[in-house]
Amino acid sequence: MSALLEVHDLSVTFETEAGRVHAIHHVDLELPRGTTLGLVGESGCGKSTLGRAILRILAENGAMTGRVVFDGRDLSEMKEKELRTIRGRNMAMIFQDPATRLNPLMRIRDHFFDTLRSHEPNIETEQVLQRSRRVLADVRVPPDRLGMYPHELSGGMRQRIMIALSLLFHPTLLIADEPTTSLDVIIEAQILDLLRDLMSRYDMAVLLITHNLGLVAQFADRVAVMYAGEIIEEADTVPLFQVPKHPYTQGLLRSVIDLETNHLYSVPGSPPDLLGEPKGCPFLPRCGFAMEICKTVDPTPRSVGAEGRRVACHLLQEA
Amino acid sequence: MATWFARGRTSMVGRLLGKFWKHSRTGAGLAVWAGILIVLAILFMAIFAPWIAPFDPNTKVANPETPPGGPFPMGTDRSGQDVLSRIIWGARVPLAIVGVSTILSLSIGLPLGLLSGFKGGRLDRLLVLIMDSVYAFPGLLLAITIAAIIGPGIANISVAIAVVYAPTYFRVIRNHVSSVKQQSYVEAATALGVPRGGVISRYILPTVSQNIPVIFSINAADAILTEAGLTFLGLGLPPGIPDWGFDISLNWQRFDYSWWATFYPGLFILILATALTFVGEGLNDILNPLLRKRAAPVAGGT
Repeated sequence: MSALLEVHDLSVTFETEAGRVHAIHHVDLELPRGTTLGLVGESGCGKSTLGRAILRILAENGAMTGRVVFDGRDLSEMKEKELRTIRGRNMAMIFQDPATRLNPLMRIRDHFFDTLRSHEPNIETEQVLQRSRRVLADVRVPPDRLGMYPHELSGGMRQRIMIALSLLFHPTLLIADEPTTSLDVIIEAQILDLLRDLMSRYDMAVLLITHNLGLVAQFADRVAVMYAGEIIEEADTVPLFQVPKHPYTQGLLRSVIDLETNHLYSVPGSPPDLLGEPKGCPFLPRCGFAMEICKTVDPTPRSVGAEGRRVACHLLQEA
Repeated sequence: MATWFARGRTSMVGRLLGKFWKHSRTGAGLAVWAGILIVLAILFMAIFAPWIAPFDPNTKVANPETPPGGPFPMGTDRSGQDVLSRIIWGARVPLAIVGVSTILSLSIGLPLGLLSGFKGGRLDRLLVLIMDSVYAFPGLLLAITIAAIIGPGIANISVAIAVVYAPTYFRVIRNHVSSVKQQSYVEAATALGVPRGGVISRYILPTVSQNIPVIFSINAADAILTEAGLTFLGLGLPPGIPDWGFDISLNWQRFDYSWWATFYPGLFILILATALTFVGEGLNDILNPLLRKRAAPVAGGT
């Protein structure tokens, strides 16, 4: 059985004035149909870049190598024109800052017109309105919001509208880049309920990009932990949270506040500079178990245990 | 498709007009309206010249250098032609040239600016280099050079002036595009599969097009002066066509004996250029919220 989304050996670099930044380094990823993969990590570890690289909407100074296979089709070999027909139709992306994701000069209605006409140029006006109302009902937004401008709506409402726009064609993959970060907890719960409901209704897979571990624990089937542009541990959600194997994952899970002791742990040090050619394990300077080999060889992810867990750490490869 | 586009556009024009009305009692609003009125009056004069002008501009109607008065409110020039009639007819050339050349430079500068700003990379650097070199060159000198190369004629002067002013559109549009294209709503539209053309025309162009009226009117004021300069130097106009700049060049050496033949054409160049500047600066105040905010405490009188 092949997965809905397969990412093979994906690397992304950005050319900057200071030099080449290695934002993503040899990442492999698999996402089966209808499931949720949580992608977690600190700010700047490349989570969002990975999401954009899959859709290939990187900034113009970004370059990528490796393969992205979606639904059996190799996206990395597609022309921009062909890719465009997949974006928004077969896979869509929602972002963390819904406040700025809608064109302030266009009514909500016109966003729906734009998205639908981009994929079905000859669609009738009446049909556009009908389909817009239907997806708006899916995300529980009253249809009269169609005539409004983005600034007349709240953040939660705008995020729902972004989700509605993404759902117009019932995509099989939704990349959700911190979809609830800028929203309050009540709206967050509503949006998550909504996503869960839509996933089961449309058999949609979700790549959930977030730094919120609690969110991943309750929402994702599987979790991939990113550090400095690499996936350092990947496992099913429950085993990962019960027995984290990689020293970084262990530190990350301890960084959640403990309400009984009120103690908050933080992983010492800060993530490495991604500028220039990487050498050795990126976690080395912050790792309490560093060995000689870690200085020279960057560990590749290897299967550990029986649950399809993969960990990139020399500690576990010796055992 | 058509109705959908039309709806968006009318609402944009409507909003712009609404803005003018709201500001029509402020200094900026008054400047815009006064400027527009003066330009319209001169335009009216140019269009209806055959009916308004009391005499034929190219025939001798009285003794040379008759002082202002009687049938000749602005006197006659050194060839005995009526100065007023020549001024009325002479409005045609500057207006035509400025109209054609600003539209021409807009239609060069705007698409290139959009392309350059949106595409970025090597093409962008090349276009910026070319446009900046043109921009850095003194405008009148460049126009003279081009006019000298491509020869006389109203169309040719228009082209020469258009080349001089295209970079102003290009620079402003290009810089604005390269910042607007990084807006998150542009990325979101791309992620939803909106094609590049649609992204440019509906997500970028409406935002950057607010610059156009301002550059348009400021350039037009400048172009009037350049045009007058060119014709004053005798570049480009076939003989027999009345033109303010040309008339000054015909009469200025006789300023001590017949100041009116030089003074009135000059006055009209001044009036038209000032009116267009009023429009431009006023629009700038109204359309540029930053400038407006900065001016607000002063206008409010704390």
